[in-house]
Amino acid sequence: MSDATYGQLLELAAAVALVASIVMLWRRSLEAIVRTLAVQAIAVAATSLLIGVHEAHVAEIAIGGVILAVKALLIPSLLMRVLRTTGDQRVSEPVLNTATSLVIAAILTLGAFATTGSVVRLVGGEEGRLLPVGIAIVLVAYFGLVTRRNALAQIVGFLQLENGIAIVALLASSGGSLLIEIGTALDLVLAVLVLQVLIGRMQSKHGVLDLDNLRELRD
Amino acid sequence: MLLLSLLVVPLCAALAVAVFGWTRTTSWFCVVDAVAVAGLATWVAIRTADGPTLHAAGGLLRADALSGFMVLLVSISTLLATSSALGYLTRELEDGTTTVVASRWYGALVMTFVATMLFALLAANVALMWVAIEATTIVTTFLVGFRRTRASLEASWKYVIIGSVGIILAFLGTILLALAARHGGLSSAHSLDWEALTSEHGRFDPGVVKLGAALLVLGYGAKVGLAPMHTWLPDAHSQAPAPVSALMSGVLLSVAFYALLRWKVVIDAVLGTEFLRVLLAGAGLLSIALAALMLISQRDYKRLLAYSSIEHMGLVAIAASIGTRLAIAALLLHILAHGLAKGVAFICSGEMLHQEGTTDIASVRGLLARNPFLGGIFGFALVALLGIPPFGLFASEIAIARAGFGAGMGWVITVAFTMLLVVAAAIVTHVQHMLFGPPAAASSGSQVTVTTAVPLIAGLLALAAIGVSIWPIEHLLNAAASVVAR
Repeated sequence: MSDATYGQLLELAAAVALVASIVMLWRRSLEAIVRTLAVQAIAVAATSLLIGVHEAHVAEIAIGGVILAVKALLIPSLLMRVLRTTGDQRVSEPVLNTATSLVIAAILTLGAFATTGSVVRLVGGEEGRLLPVGIAIVLVAYFGLVTRRNALAQIVGFLQLENGIAIVALLASSGGSLLIEIGTALDLVLAVLVLQVLIGRMQSKHGVLDLDNLRELRD
Repeated sequence: MLLLSLLVVPLCAALAVAVFGWTRTTSWFCVVDAVAVAGLATWVAIRTADGPTLHAAGGLLRADALSGFMVLLVSISTLLATSSALGYLTRELEDGTTTVVASRWYGALVMTFVATMLFALLAANVALMWVAIEATTIVTTFLVGFRRTRASLEASWKYVIIGSVGIILAFLGTILLALAARHGGLSSAHSLDWEALTSEHGRFDPGVVKLGAALLVLGYGAKVGLAPMHTWLPDAHSQAPAPVSALMSGVLLSVAFYALLRWKVVIDAVLGTEFLRVLLAGAGLLSIALAALMLISQRDYKRLLAYSSIEHMGLVAIAASIGTRLAIAALLLHILAHGLAKGVAFICSGEMLHQEGTTDIASVRGLLARNPFLGGIFGFALVALLGIPPFGLFASEIAIARAGFGAGMGWVITVAFTMLLVVAAAIVTHVQHMLFGPPAAASSGSQVTVTTAVPLIAGLLALAAIGVSIWPIEHLLNAAASVVAR
């Protein structure tokens, strides 16, 4: 793979991941959101595979495979199963309307490019140039998490946040040891499983996944 | 071997409970296990206090005086929590408020929780430290939701979402600092190793370090319960079973702060002390102000204790922002004393909840007249939390104030301690009616069991002892403080 092709493919993967974030903010149907999340995970896996192939690192190729299996296949299918049992297929009216949300997402993306100059310079090259995309995904995901009041949408926001961080980590190739990668991945998968169990309990207590039903605890 | 056994021993108890269930034997095994952990922790503390850093497991684990002090702190709280759980869980089972299956989970998860905290303190690598701290969130989620009520479900949801989102930002910060380290001359194998990070001074890119440092403060700050990422804390700490609240409030917050202290050494070496000083002092003052505000109108005594933890963590953040050796030693003494006092107070709150059937402050009246022992211990624990002598928090707060004035941060200290007065006034107002006042009902309430009473008394005595003199731990405190403030 020539350097030019590598750069273009890397750019494509990053662009797909960022567009997926925006789409998740725009769509209301939870099913569509989960599908888009899977697409984003594929883009992250592709980033890992590309870097692995380009730099002939087995670790990155292996990590790409794990991301593909867990985040693009396993987790979306778990979330889809929840959706099938709830029947609650749409995100309720968010705090902000869609148009405002998208404008804010655009501002956050610009902000990500504006604030990460030092990191871009340090990493350098194509990877450095694309690194703010990961930060932008983190910011957009965080924004979605804060403004959406649905349990499943919050899990999606969390996973999206993690995708953004994975892109930053891969581009900065701070891989370190494989052990740490495994520990991190295990932690995050466990966190999602925990959230799943909680959703199950929430469903049996409240019937719906709207977090506005959670109003027992306040001062 | 020593460090590894410190992790394996609590896991043995977790395994025993998971296999045999929560029985008389296994619950006592947990206590014996906690004693063993305390013994090992003391050994680690003694060995590290004299300087040499211990390494184990092929360089994955390490312990210096700071780790030694912290594992000691965790092991003391574990003793308190496991011994009070004997009476607590037996009663819950008798009352039918918990099931046999749930109690099995309880025992296994609590001991795993302890192991994850110890792992965070002994990790030689900042990414492994992160993995361990994230693992504490996962393990404790089900403990927060132990009662399976709507309220505890809500608390566990907020806990795991805010906690995980917060801490994942800390992971991003870790990645950025590792990046700066690698470009600053460290090999990629060493870019996450704390010792290597602290030995390479000043060659890291300051712009990247600043970005990473801000994320680390925000992320670990969420786990510490610092404002503005504190919203999960009052819910989680008030819903968890009392012995778990004692561990979460008493030591888990401090373990998360330990991560910040480790990073402070790395960050300060690159940016100087000013950058973190502003962030930590700001977060600290904001946390104390917010806690004071929420304490004034508080109606629930478990939430009152939780907000008091936010207040104390705010003060700890201010002590860290001062950053001199005296300030760090005072900080460590403060988290030790706070762990003891808050542990005792939360265990009392569990007993009170059982007796009164409510956590509503207004519904509890004349506790001292009806149950002098419980009322007395709870009263003393609160007196200690307010920083009144002879308890340890008095000594540590005075030392923090002295360090602050000495380092030219007099105005921060003045503002903070003025707000502490508001906190004290609010807590005293709420609690005096609970303790004194005429009893509302004629019910005498059940007495506290011996297995709960003994650790409560021991905890208070230890708290008073470190308030009077710190000589047994003085050497360790100084050695631990000099790890952070060189």
